[in-house]
Amino acid sequence: MVNYQDRGLDRVFAALVDPTRRAILARLEREESLSISAIAAPFPIKLPAVMKHLDVLGDAGLVTRAKRGRTVDIRLSPAPLREATDWLRRYERFWSPALDRLAAYAEGREAEVGACEAQSGEAGKTGE
Amino acid sequence: MTSLVLVRRIAARPSIVFDALTTVDGVAAWWGPDDLPLVRAEIDARVGGAFRVRFRTLDGQEHEAFGEYLEVVRPERLAMSWRYAFGGEPEELGRTSRIEIALKPVDTGTELTFTHAELSNEASRMSHERGWTGSLAKLARLLANTGKGDSR
Repeated sequence: MVNYQDRGLDRVFAALVDPTRRAILARLEREESLSISAIAAPFPIKLPAVMKHLDVLGDAGLVTRAKRGRTVDIRLSPAPLREATDWLRRYERFWSPALDRLAAYAEGREAEVGACEAQSGEAGKTGE
Repeated sequence: MTSLVLVRRIAARPSIVFDALTTVDGVAAWWGPDDLPLVRAEIDARVGGAFRVRFRTLDGQEHEAFGEYLEVVRPERLAMSWRYAFGGEPEELGRTSRIEIALKPVDTGTELTFTHAELSNEASRMSHERGWTGSLAKLARLLANTGKGDSR
């Protein structure tokens, strides 16, 4: 189960590595749904290349497609993206408060060392 | 890829920040996700030296991480491997990730860049790619703002 979830995350992260795919996602966020040719329009790459990017996004669960007449509508599917950010945030929740305490501790030490240096006058002003 | 990057500006000179990262007294003052004292810390901050840190989280669970110092350049750079002996995130058990800390002197003291890299196997394969974390966060923010939908 963990493995399955891991693989899902790996796919999402792999999909997000590519700037074209990120641009597609950002655009879908604004547009609700788009046809494949509308998605391809702003990019200097050929339609098959865009289709390949859409396949990668689809495999990662980041977009869904629905046929409408002769066109295919692509929509953003945000759930896997949330899962991916939640995953990263767990690490952030671990380290971020720790780094804040590190900063507070080092700043306290700096004040102490600074006070000592001030006392021992210019002679001790080598920094280390 | 899956690396986490955090940046902090600290009003202290790099050598002081570096010592806070590499001495038992220093590490005891800040390590861990919650504001609890460390259960134990062993630190041998030289290349090839080991560290081992055990801490308790607010839920009462104990976690122990250990690793080896890979780079020790006072007061600029520190890198170490990172592995959980027990506790930690389930998917990280048995995996080795990497922590890198870079210290840069700035007017106000030190800019610290903290990177927890290689958080999964797939990750290490693509770790040369940077900068997606920010994009991801931005996208997530955009998505959080939608949800309400309607206004196209």
